[in-house]
Amino acid sequence: MKVSGGIFGGLQVVGHLLRKEFLQIFRNKGMLPIMFLMPFIQLVILSNAATFDVPAVPFLLQDYDRTAISDRLVERFTSSGYFRMEGESFRQESGIDALVDHHADMVLTIPRDFEKELNGIGHARIQLMIDAEDGFTAGVIMGYADEIVTGFNRELASLLPASQGLVRPAIDIEIRPSGWYNPELVYTDYMVPGILVVLVTMIGMFLSGMNVVREKEIGTIDQINVTPIRRWQFITGKLLPFWIIGLGELTAGLLIARLVFHVPMLGSYALVYFVAAIYLLVVLGMGLLISTLSDSQQQAMFIAWFFTVIFILLSGLFTPIESMPHWAQNLTQLNPVRHFVDIMRRVMLKGSTISDIMQQLGILTLQAMVMLALAVNRYRKVSA
Amino acid sequence: MRRFIGFVRKEFFHIIRDRRTAAILFGMPVLQLLLFGFAISNEISEVRTGILDLSHDVVTEELTNRIFSSNTFLPAGNLSSEKEIADSFASGRVTEVIVFEPHFAQRLQHDGIARLQVITDGSDPNVSRIVTGYTASVVRDFLREKGFSSSGVEAVPLMMFNPGLKSVFLFVPGLMAMILMLVSALMTSISITREKENGTMELLLVSSLKPLQVIVGKVVPYLVLSFVNVITVVTLAFFVFGVPCRGSIPLLLFESLLFIMTALSLGILISTITSSQQVAMMVALAGLLLPTVLLSGFIFPVASMPWPLQAISYIIPARWYLVVVRGIMLKGAGIAALWRETIVLCIMTLLFMTISVRKFSERLQ
Repeated sequence: MKVSGGIFGGLQVVGHLLRKEFLQIFRNKGMLPIMFLMPFIQLVILSNAATFDVPAVPFLLQDYDRTAISDRLVERFTSSGYFRMEGESFRQESGIDALVDHHADMVLTIPRDFEKELNGIGHARIQLMIDAEDGFTAGVIMGYADEIVTGFNRELASLLPASQGLVRPAIDIEIRPSGWYNPELVYTDYMVPGILVVLVTMIGMFLSGMNVVREKEIGTIDQINVTPIRRWQFITGKLLPFWIIGLGELTAGLLIARLVFHVPMLGSYALVYFVAAIYLLVVLGMGLLISTLSDSQQQAMFIAWFFTVIFILLSGLFTPIESMPHWAQNLTQLNPVRHFVDIMRRVMLKGSTISDIMQQLGILTLQAMVMLALAVNRYRKVSA
Repeated sequence: MRRFIGFVRKEFFHIIRDRRTAAILFGMPVLQLLLFGFAISNEISEVRTGILDLSHDVVTEELTNRIFSSNTFLPAGNLSSEKEIADSFASGRVTEVIVFEPHFAQRLQHDGIARLQVITDGSDPNVSRIVTGYTASVVRDFLREKGFSSSGVEAVPLMMFNPGLKSVFLFVPGLMAMILMLVSALMTSISITREKENGTMELLLVSSLKPLQVIVGKVVPYLVLSFVNVITVVTLAFFVFGVPCRGSIPLLLFESLLFIMTALSLGILISTITSSQQVAMMVALAGLLLPTVLLSGFIFPVASMPWPLQAISYIIPARWYLVVVRGIMLKGAGIAALWRETIVLCIMTLLFMTISVRKFSERLQ
C-alpha cells in the first residue's frame, strides 16, 4: 500500500514515528515489567491501604474504684469490639507513658468513689485520655466511647437499685445512620475508581514527560529535527503510543476492579473510555510540554512529580473537597485529576450519564485543547 | 582531599545551576506544607444539611436551631416529603438530610425515646461517618443541656498532644519523610545513573578519586539540601501553623540525619542495580515514594490496614521515622521511648550501604 502526498503522506510519516516509538518502548526491558506491574500493585496496595477505619483501640485501664459497677463499665468497653484492654495500672504517670510509648491509644480512668457517687448523687465522671496525635482517629475513638457510655447509662437504673430513683432511665434520642449509594460503607468501592485515575495519570505523565527530553539528552532529537517532519506529526507520533498505553492500563485496571474488588459499574463503559480518551490528552499534553521545556530527565521528572503530587492531593481522592477552604475549592476547578476522579466515581457508583457530567467534560475538553496547542507550539526544531 | 572537595563543589554547582530544579527543590517543601496546612484536612468544615421534619413540634424546632447554631452545619432547605431526599442528593445540594419522625416530642416524653434518621451520601464512607458523628455529638450536647441525661456516667475526654485535633500536626512529620525520600533517594539515584548513561561514570572512576570518594561526593550535596529542607519545614510548621516541637531539637535533627542516610543509601542501591535514569526513576517512584506516602502512616493509619500491608510497612524506613518525628515533636518523647525505632533505622542504613558497596565493587571488576 503506497500512499503519498497530502494528508495521507503526512499520516504515513506519523506511522513511521509510531513504529519507532513502539519498538523503543517494547525493547526497554527495564520499563516493560514496571508498566505492566504498576496497575496491579497500585490497585491492590492503594485500595487496601487507603482506609481510615479504626480497628479495636488498645487502652490502658486505671480503675481506682474496683467495684462491681466499675467492672461492669469496663466490661462494656471490652465486649463492644471497639476497644481492647492492653493492661491495667494504678500509677498516674504510667498513663501518659503508655501513650508516648504507643502501647495504648487511650487511658480510661475510673476515679475512686465512682459507685458511691452514682448511688449518692446519681452522677459520676470517668476520664478518657486519648492520644490525639491523629486528630481524626481521636474523634472516632471519642465517638465509640460516647456510644458505650450512653448504652451503659441506659441500663444503669436496673444495675443500681440502691440509688432510689436518683438514676433515672435516660431519655434519649436514637440516631439511625444510613449511607445512601453505598449502605455498607465499603471503602474500596469508593477508592478504586479514583485510583484508576491516579494510575492513568502517573503512567501518562511520566512516560510522556521523560520522552522528548531523553532524546535531547542522548542527542537523537537532532536526527529527528533534520528530517522534514512537521510539528503536528511529531507531537502526534509522540502522543499516540502513550495514549494507547494509557487506555490499555485503564482496561487492566477496570478488569481488576471488576474481578478482584467487585466494584459495581452502574454507568456505561463506553462513557468511561470516552472521558478517559479526552483526559489522557490533557495529561499527555502536559507531559510533553514539560518534556520539551526541560533540559534533563532529572528535571523533567522532578517537575512532573511536583505537579502530579499537587494534583492528586487536591483532587478529593484521599481527603474530601468539602473540607477545603473556599479559595482552595475554587482552585481545584483547574485540576484535571479532580474532574476525572469525580466523573469516575459518579459513573461507576451512581450510574451518571453523559448529560450529568457535561460541565466537567467541557472543562476537560478545554484543558486538552489548551495543553495540546501549547505542546505543539513550544516544540521547536532547534537544539539548545 | 582537595580533589574530593573540588568534586563536591562541582556536584553542588551542577544542582544549583539548574535553576528550575533548584527552585522546585526548595519551593516544593514550602508549597506542600502550605497546602497541607491550609487546604488538606480530613475535618469537614461545612455540612450542608437538609431537614425533613415530620413532626414540627417544639423539640424538633429547638433541636434544628441548635444544629444550625454551630458553624459546622449550613441550612440547605427544608424538605416536605421523603421523595425529595433522592433529588437533593443527586443535585448535590446537600451532604446530609436529617429526618425527625412524626410525634417526636410526644414520643420523647412518653416513651423516653424518639428517633431521628441521619441520611448521608455513603459513596464517600469517610465523609458519611464524620458527618454522622458530628450530628450525634450535637444531639448529645442538646440532651445534656436540656437536663435529659444529667444522671449517670459522664465521659470527660482529654485530647492529649493535639487538643485542637488539627490534621496538620499529623501531616508535617509525613511530609518531612516524603520530601527527604524524594530529595535523598530519588535525586541521588537519578544523578548517579545519569553519569552511567552518559558514560561519564567511567571517566570519574579512572580519575584519581577513589570509587568510594566518587559516591560520597555525589551524595554529600543532596545530604546538605535535605538537611536544609528539614529545617525549613520544621521552622515553617512552627511559625505558620503552630506545630510545636516539644522534645529536644538536637535529637530531632540527629534522627533526621539518620533517616537522610537511610534514604541516600537506598538511592545508591537503586543506582547500582539499574542502568538507565528512566528505570531508576520508576523503581524509586514505585518502590520508595509510593510506599512512603501510603504505607508509612503518613495519611492513613498503619493500624487500619490489613495485616499483609502492616507486615510490609515494617520494612519501610519512613514508618519508623514517622513514629520518631511524631514522638519528638508532638509528645516530647526522648530517646528512651524511641530507641527501638532508632536501632531499626541504623540497621537498615548499614544493610543498604553494605549491599550497595558490594554491588558497586562487583561492577568495577
